Amino acid sequence: MSADIPPAAVDAAEIARLEEIARRIRVEVVRAVNIARAGHLGGPLSAADMLAALYFRILRIRPDEPDWPDRDRFVLSKGHASIGLYAAMALRGYFPLEELATFDAANSRLQGHPDMTRLPGLDMSSGSLGMGISAAMGMALGARLTRRDVRAYVMLGDGECQEGEVWEAAMAASRYGLDNLIAIVDHNKLQQYGWPGNGPDGRMPPQAPGELVAKWSAFGWRVLEVDGHTMEDVVDVLEEAGHGDGRPTVVISHTVKGKGVSFMEGHYFWHTRAIKPDEFAIAMADLGEPIPATNGGGR
Amino acid sequence: MTLPMGRAMREVFGETVAELANDDPRIVMLDGDVGSSTRADIFEKAHPDRYFQMGIAEQNMLGAAAGMATMGLVPFISTFVSFAVVRPLDQVRVLIAQPGLNVKITAGYAGLFTGQTGMSHIIVDDVSIMRAMPGMITVCPADDVEAAEVLRWAAAHHGPAYIRLVRDATQRLFDDSYRFELGSAVVVREGRDVTLVSTGSQTPRVVDAADLLAGDGIDAHVVHVPTIKPLAVEAIVAAAERTGRVITVEEHTVLGGLGGAVAEALSERRPTKVDRIGLQDVYVQSGPNDTLLDIYGLSAPRVAEQVRRLLGHQA
Repeated sequence: MSADIPPAAVDAAEIARLEEIARRIRVEVVRAVNIARAGHLGGPLSAADMLAALYFRILRIRPDEPDWPDRDRFVLSKGHASIGLYAAMALRGYFPLEELATFDAANSRLQGHPDMTRLPGLDMSSGSLGMGISAAMGMALGARLTRRDVRAYVMLGDGECQEGEVWEAAMAASRYGLDNLIAIVDHNKLQQYGWPGNGPDGRMPPQAPGELVAKWSAFGWRVLEVDGHTMEDVVDVLEEAGHGDGRPTVVISHTVKGKGVSFMEGHYFWHTRAIKPDEFAIAMADLGEPIPATNGGGR
Repeated sequence: MTLPMGRAMREVFGETVAELANDDPRIVMLDGDVGSSTRADIFEKAHPDRYFQMGIAEQNMLGAAAGMATMGLVPFISTFVSFAVVRPLDQVRVLIAQPGLNVKITAGYAGLFTGQTGMSHIIVDDVSIMRAMPGMITVCPADDVEAAEVLRWAAAHHGPAYIRLVRDATQRLFDDSYRFELGSAVVVREGRDVTLVSTGSQTPRVVDAADLLAGDGIDAHVVHVPTIKPLAVEAIVAAAERTGRVITVEEHTVLGGLGGAVAEALSERRPTKVDRIGLQDVYVQSGPNDTLLDIYGLSAPRVAEQVRRLLGHQA
């Protein structure tokens, strides 16, 4: 919902457009991480649909005027998914797509974790988990004080919700009734390593089923749940979340870590790992961009 | 002759920031549930719409301040030094210092004067920590006059700053004509025998110590350094050259604070014998202010006694 361009109706064509953008985000994520031989995969891939909907429909932003004071804010609190955000921003026109090839490299504007001093359009630096929601909460409070119609969106990981600061922020946001604050928890059910147990690959999910809903509700938030890979529902839930009811809103987005790449889906060890050439070819084929086998290596 | 008492810096904090906010709508106060102690309550009364109680949750408070700064606001922080520096240290580092956001970390209850709280509240190493952090200006005002000046400077300056404020009334060093300048050093007493470098509310006690030393025939040169970073290196080198002997005095650990900064600068620029008076790698117990100053060697007579000993004079 850009302030400048009236949004297209949420018809099948609009959903298909956003789905294609999400696919392209995933392609750019895998390409960039493959070139860098570093970076995170599981988290950006699980968040891709949500990022597509945010950057191409929901956020009121101006890519050619990244400091526009009345823009909606977006904070990637799960900063390790940076490449997913960079891909969405590049596709949206914040910077040339080719620059994604510099991800993680020295002197790149696309640092391993987001650095707002380097890349225009980043509303906050992040990477140390639990902090982004505090910053977003401050933005929402600041917008209210300065009487600006600005929403602050923040995306958290489910593992990140183990940080105490998340709940400090949740309490304060609720106390102030910040209904211009929208948190999205990318609930991909895996963290970097996790507790040992009888979950996938012998590790347990970050939370028990229903735990996040119960906790955020108890902290006074309006809780919405969505299948984070069904674009129609993602758009619906984000549009609903934008209309506050006096409480801050959290969207629990049920996702699959590594979504879109067959051999990464649901495996904690693809949180961060370098891709081998044969794996890269499979990943690109999975994402609908098959490449010649001779062209599969990194730099 | 001892310097007269001034007002408590915390009163000056509440009043000055409230006054600044009269003309500057960007100023907001974020309080970690200690406004009645730090006197952020004075600000709250004047500007209730711009006072934000953030509860006992300092990590969130510092992070929210960063977010508010990105919205063009100028947040001042109301909490105690330990809860402004070490409790939310990573938030200060990642969300304030690294992006260079315009948050004023105005921390109360600096040094030994904390209302007899004991070592959980008495932080001895905040200056070392904050000065080591890239991008963080570190200021320790000497008295109420300088504290007000520093707060006025902070509101006008764009970027993060750590400002260390004292709870109780301390001695007044400056008169109303004093103007604070970032990165300056102020010669508060001229002398030839030894250079005493001090900071914060320790400086007035060092001036009193210099008067005591004069009675023993020691003519001390006293330099007040309000800004630990950026440090007034040229002025410190000049003061070292003047006497050839330097002793630093601080109400803080001697490791990495003023003493460390002065020793680093002089060893690079003009190797000089430097001794450091201050807390000798210890935690501080609770007790009345004057008792603590005596125990930890920071009262004027105790400073004078240590200077005499370091210079090899008999008492």
